[in-house]
Amino acid sequence: MRPFALDHAASTAEALQFLDDGATAIAGGTNLVDLMKLQIATPERLVSLRRSGLGDIAQDGEGLRIGALVTNADCAADMQVRENWPLLAKAILAGASPQLRNRATTGGNLCQRTRCGYFYDTSQACNKRDPGSGCAAREGFNRIHAVLGTSDACIATYPGDMAVAMLALEAVVLTQGPSGEREIPIAQFHLPPGDDPARDNVLEAGELITAVRLPAPTGGVQIYRKVRDRASYAFALVSVAVDLTMNEGRIARCALAFGSLGTVPWRDPAVEQVLIGEAPSSALFAKAAEVLLKDAQGFGANDFKIPLAARALAATLNDATRTGKA
Amino acid sequence: MVSSTAMAVVNGVANPLPADPRRTLLEWLREDLGLTGTKKGCDHGQCGACTVLVEGRRINSCLSLAQLHDGDEIETIEAIGTPDKLAPLQRAFVTHDGFQCGYCTPGQICSAKALMQELADGWASAQTEDLTARPSPTPEELRERMSGNICRCGAYSNIIAALEEVIAADADHQGTVA
Ligand SMILES: Cc1cc2nc3c(=O)[nH]c(=O)nc-3n(C[C@H](O)[C@H](O)[C@H](O)COP(=O)(O)OP(=O)(O)OC[C@H]3O[C@@H](n4cnc5c(N)ncnc54)[C@H](O)[C@@H]3O)c2cc1C
Ligand code: SF4
Ligand code: FES
Ligand code: FES
Repeated sequence: MRPFALDHAASTAEALQFLDDGATAIAGGTNLVDLMKLQIATPERLVSLRRSGLGDIAQDGEGLRIGALVTNADCAADMQVRENWPLLAKAILAGASPQLRNRATTGGNLCQRTRCGYFYDTSQACNKRDPGSGCAAREGFNRIHAVLGTSDACIATYPGDMAVAMLALEAVVLTQGPSGEREIPIAQFHLPPGDDPARDNVLEAGELITAVRLPAPTGGVQIYRKVRDRASYAFALVSVAVDLTMNEGRIARCALAFGSLGTVPWRDPAVEQVLIGEAPSSALFAKAAEVLLKDAQGFGANDFKIPLAARALAATLNDATRTGKA
Repeated sequence: MVSSTAMAVVNGVANPLPADPRRTLLEWLREDLGLTGTKKGCDHGQCGACTVLVEGRRINSCLSLAQLHDGDEIETIEAIGTPDKLAPLQRAFVTHDGFQCGYCTPGQICSAKALMQELADGWASAQTEDLTARPSPTPEELRERMSGNICRCGAYSNIIAALEEVIAADADHQGTVA
């Protein structure tokens, strides 16, 4: 690790002050410390958010406000989350390991960086790590890479699970920064690579995630299906989050989000439009998959993700509509 | 900067935290405090060999900066039992051959101890069907809950057998005998 200074913010205001002075935030450190060991991240100053007063889960009208420093373990253990937003608990519990979830935080999880192997290997060309150097993954080992939302510059996925559930649940990311407070719908938080893959999300310099707000519970059937190379402690190859309500044998409402399929957590309203108002059938699910994947592009080793996503979607919808409450 | 009074309590003893902010909790425990029971496997959060308990919770000490533990209570394998007074989990690992080389074992034992507390606290896992019900320690649940600890010798089935024995002896899952 390169040398750095470490400060401890005693309040949110103090954290913002340090960030404004150019410090990088550290929460659990489970991604940042890893990146610093490999000298992919080389901050000169860190500010610890541990005591910055962002560690609570609180009722917010009919919704819930999850502080940025709430650990993934505490969020998944929260009885309100388990009862009213089970999709979020399920997605978190499908991620990482118990040890990591005890440190990983809500804000840090949203900002975790890709797991593209070339991004982690400083001897390789990578536009995300070193803008303008090229993209070794395009012609390389790209089995875990995205098939939707890619650009010439970068084909890496956002690898996390929690944000996929939050996308289906229509969460809002609350921030504070030099230009005041913002409420960012999670669908707008992560940025596809375009020609600036170094930037993963819309956070501005000095801007701090303070909390994530979940809207009122939908009461729908909620399932998180994660397909991966081993049964646990592995990132997703493809994941599907669904929140769905049936009415008289038809799909009355449905929100669908996909992980590790696109460069960002992926939601496509056109897919939901195919499903809403219809009776579940394999033909319907296949049609939804066709709409989802019409622009999908594989890069060789990740071609399998396209049929895999279609099957994962069908299997998830099958489960959700068969156990569906009216 | 770390304040000169920054301390963490390790196995009951208060220790000043290291001055270099780069020191990970793992390096501090092993290299500065000489507590070499905790192992470095991957150093990247991928194996669980470095698992210790912080405020009763299991974490990967390799990915945590020591200076972030001001005021924390830390427990390592050295405090869980001794060669002549093994903790029930340690005895069960011996009985069931829950290891071969033993390198992952301190992490496995620390992890298992925290697992029992998580069960007692009613935490769900990815294997829990009903998220709001009290979890039961089925083999599937135990495997999922131990999945943060890799064993290159592949002692997994014996580790689960050891855990099952200790959990069965602690029938109300109060986490008391670990
Ligand atoms: C072996 C391994 C396996 C994993 N498997 C999975 C998995 O299967 N699924 C999954 O989803 N994740 C997985 N993860 C990733 C893990 O979830 C993330 O590392 C974790 O969520 C990051 O949270 P943190 O608090 O530790 O963040 P940190 O490492 O502290 O920070 C990460 C980034 O977020 C920024 N940041 C932190 N908090 C804030 C804030 N409040 N405002 C603005 N910026 C902030 C930091 O500056 C930094 O850039 C895995 C990690 C490892 C090491
Ligand atoms: S896919 Fe993105 S992160 Fe991976 S090498 Fe290419 S530019 Fe870098
Ligand atoms: S050494 Fe910490 S997880 Fe492998
Ligand atoms: S006993 Fe050898 S790694 Fe587990």
